[in-house]
Formats: sequence, structure tokens, C-alpha cells
Amino acid sequence: MARLAGGRFPPAAAVTRPGRGIGRERLLLLALPTLWLVLLVAAPLVILLKIALSEAELGVPPYSALVQTAPDGSLALALTIDSFTRLAADDIYRAGLWGSLRIAFLAALAAFLVAYPMALAMARAPRRWRPLLLALAILPFWTSFLIRVYAWKVILQGGGVLNAALLELGLIAQPLALLHGEGAVVLGIAYAYLPFMLLPLYAVLEGRDPALEEAAADLGCSPWQRWLRVTLPLSLPGVAAGWALVFIPATGEFVVPDLLGGPDTLMLGRVLWQEFFQAADWPMAAALSVALLLLLLAPLATLQWLRPRLRGGAE
Amino acid sequence: MRAIGWPLMLALLGGLGLLYAPMAALVVYSFNASERVLVWGGWSTVWYGRLLDNSAIHEALGRSVLVGAASASLATVFGAAAGYALARFGAFPGRGLFAALGAAPLVVPEVALGLALLLLFVSLDQAIGWPAQRGLVTVILSHASIASAYVAIVVQARLARFDAALEEAAADLGCPPFQGFLRVTLPLIAPGLAAGWLIAFTLSFDDLVIASFTTGPGAGTLPMLAFSKVRLGLSPEINALATLLLLGVLSLGVLAFVLQRRR
Repeated sequence: MARLAGGRFPPAAAVTRPGRGIGRERLLLLALPTLWLVLLVAAPLVILLKIALSEAELGVPPYSALVQTAPDGSLALALTIDSFTRLAADDIYRAGLWGSLRIAFLAALAAFLVAYPMALAMARAPRRWRPLLLALAILPFWTSFLIRVYAWKVILQGGGVLNAALLELGLIAQPLALLHGEGAVVLGIAYAYLPFMLLPLYAVLEGRDPALEEAAADLGCSPWQRWLRVTLPLSLPGVAAGWALVFIPATGEFVVPDLLGGPDTLMLGRVLWQEFFQAADWPMAAALSVALLLLLLAPLATLQWLRPRLRGGAE
Repeated sequence: MRAIGWPLMLALLGGLGLLYAPMAALVVYSFNASERVLVWGGWSTVWYGRLLDNSAIHEALGRSVLVGAASASLATVFGAAAGYALARFGAFPGRGLFAALGAAPLVVPEVALGLALLLLFVSLDQAIGWPAQRGLVTVILSHASIASAYVAIVVQARLARFDAALEEAAADLGCPPFQGFLRVTLPLIAPGLAAGWLIAFTLSFDDLVIASFTTGPGAGTLPMLAFSKVRLGLSPEINALATLLLLGVLSLGVLAFVLQRRR
């Protein structure tokens, strides 16, 4: 993970040195991805904002043109924040927004509580075990996301694996309604995104200096105090990265609430999906996307702001 | 080296067990002979046989492989160029915006990306009459757009491990730039390119959300087919399909992981 950090090398002298053809080739090499990014990343996001500001219409495509020709022949810009006002006023959207934030937070918390001891154990394991443990932790990340979520359906179903086991053990008399609720969604997201929490935590914990913890122990700290006052503060950059990597995609999650949630388990991603595929209200779906993006900019900006401070504290 | 301590050891083993148990349950149940998913009826491969006979699954699989290969190839070309520019061009004007656009697909939620890409294709159709219909081509472009962000990271990381002096030395020895690229840079980043291609293919092969937004009639991918079946509930045939998907994506992932770690 740490290896993914950007290049530290100074600008290559040979590439910048004026010479025949070099400048042109460099320009070409830059123009290709620039064109690609503008056309396939920047343009879609701009158009998304544009459609969010247009009006829903019956037709193909189902939204009004942004630039309209008035009867007298003049061009008029037809912008409306109608979708955004509805978004703020309607209970469904507020429930989706609140549900997204709450479920994403709980899922990130659950993933953190499971991943931190795992990462700490991996970091303290003998050096020769570590690559194997790391591979075991990453492997699920390389398998089908959809299928990993579906697997929980098999387990949580009324007559599923977990209920059957609990009944067999005599712990419960009736099958529990485990599926189709917020708890199942939190569990599903925490499970699916666990590697994203585990990796950055392991990266910082593996790089820590054991001498610091030993010093704390020598000075009379209990294991718990040692963790709270030495290990945890040192691992904060990894904690922040892990939370961001789980929380951000979780807020826009569609597959997990759709497969494991009940009809009343609302999250923005799912509401957006329904607005688009069932209600065919494209401007509303676009407005929800924009709201989701704005919502995510806040934690991202916070992380950007926190990062140098956390790193400063760790040194 | 101090011992891990038994509570942490327990947490690690429990966590790893939690990661693998659901998938193990799925694989085991895919070999269940019983028609009812959750009643064990002995071992059998009957559901795999059913899969082989299902032509809808064959067609969807073919489309998914085509979309994956085409989008991964596009993403590798453009992502590698972006990664190279970020690693070797220093502080060129607009670098911040370039890097932000390159990383945007990593942080923008899938549903928003899928909708934005669809709206791009609809607007393009209105403006220049292309693409008249959404289908495999629009899915390929969408997947390539997102995957190029991942390829760029892998290539940039790969280049960061090598000194730019190697490329400079080739230039100093009179190697023309293009030849220098072919004989020095390309061999250096080749494992990164291969890993990037596999990551891109895996992302595409596993994607449900982006494809659902950007595809058209008659061009559903394998995850879309699996999702429509999964939504209806459990069936032993889906368990078999899920097991195959799990193993298929897993083997590609392991290959990409190995390539990425190679020196």
C-alpha cells in the first residue's frame, strides 16, 4: 500500500532537455491521457451537474434541453434547481441520506473493530509469516463482490446456514429474521470492505518501532495503556485512511442494501437506482448523484486536512 | 520478537475465518444434490451440468469476456500514459487537475459514475449522432475510463521504483526517444502493465453497477444476469454459477497480485 505513493523522483533531465523530437513526443504522451480524461471523466461529471439542473420531461431522453429557443427566436438558458428543492423537502431522500451516513458509519466502525486486532496480530507475527497472512487477507478482495454479498444471503436466510446451526444447537426455538434489515446491510458492507480497512492499518502497524512499546512497558504501562497511549496514536494515519476507504464507497453502495436490506432500508445509492431505473426521473437521479458527491467531498477534504497533522503527530 | 499474545491471535484467526466462511459455505452448497438450496441432499455436480446447458449464461459470459478484454486493453494504453506522465514529467502545468481527474474514478461512487457516463453517451448522441444505441461499445468505454485510473496508479508506482537515470542513460548513448521507450522503459514497466491489465479485466468482469447504467438492450453482462437471478432468491444453480465466478475472478486476481510483486 505504502509503495503506491507517488513518484519521488525529480523531473527527468533527459526528458526535459531540449532535443529534436523529444518535446513533441512528450507533448503527445501528455495529450493522449489528457484528452481521455477530459472526455471520459471530466465531461460526464459536468454533464451530470447540467442534467441535475434541468427539468424532468416525458420523452427520450427524459429531461428538458438546457438551452431553449424562445418563440421570438432568442436563446434562453433554462436552469432549474427544482430537483434540489425536492431533494431537500422529500422524506424519502432525507431518509436515504441519513440511512447512507448511518449505515456507512456503522459498517466502517464494525470493520475497524474487526480489522484493528487482526492488523496488530499480523504486524506482530514473525516476519516469515507476514507475506502469507497478508495474502490471505487480500485474497477475498480479488473475488467477485456480488458473490461475496450473495453468500451472506445463503447464510442469513430464514432457513439458512446460521439459523440451521443455531436451531441445531438449541440456542433458539424459532428461526431469526436476520436478512432484510439494516443489521444485515451493515454486516454485508463491513464484510465486503474489510480488506480496505485491514491494509492501511497493517501498513502503519507493520512499520512501527517495537522499541516504543517496549519503552512504555518498561515505564510501567499496562498492555491496554500501551495500546491507547502509544500504538493507537502512532497508527492514526492508517486509521484515517481505512475509515475513508470504507466509509466513502459505502455511502453510495447499491448492491448490498438491495440484496441484504429490507424494502425500508434506504441508502442514497439505492434511492438513486430506483429514481433512474424505476421512476425514470433522470434529473432527480443526477441531483442525487451531485448531492452524494458533495457529501463525500466533506470527509475527503477533512482527510486531506488531517493527513499532514496526523503524520506530524506520528513523527 | 515478542509473541503475538493469545487474544490477538484469536482475533486474527477469527477474522480470517469470518472472511472465508461465507465463500466456503457457498462453494459447499453449490455441490448440493437437493433441489432445495438449504436442505443437504448429498454431493453432486448436477448444477454445474445445468450451467453448461444454459445458453443465456454462455452468451453473457462471452460478452463479459469481450468487454473485459477490450476495456482492459484501452485502459492499459491510456492509464499507462497517464501514469508515465505523473511519474516522469515533474510539475508540468495543470498537473494537479490532471492527477485529480485521473484519481476521480477511485473516489466517485459507482452509481454516480455510471449515471454520469450514461448521460455523456446520451448527450453525445444528441450532439453528434453517436452512439445511436447503447450497448457493448458504451460499456467498454465506461469500464476503460474507470479502470485507467487503477492502471495509472500501478504504472506510476512501478516507475517510482526505477531511477529515471536508466532512461536518461539510453538517451545519452544516442538512443532515439521512441527506441529508448521500447528498449528501456517498456521492459521496466511490463510487469506493471500486465498487472494493470488484469486488474482492469477483473474490475470489468466483476462490475454490475456501471454496466447496468451504460448498456443497452440485448447486451447484458454476466454480473447483470447473475444479479437478476440473485435478486429473485436462492437457487442451487446460482450457487454453482457463483462458485465459478468466485474462482474465475480469484485466479485472475492472484495472477495480478503475483505480477505486481515481481521485481
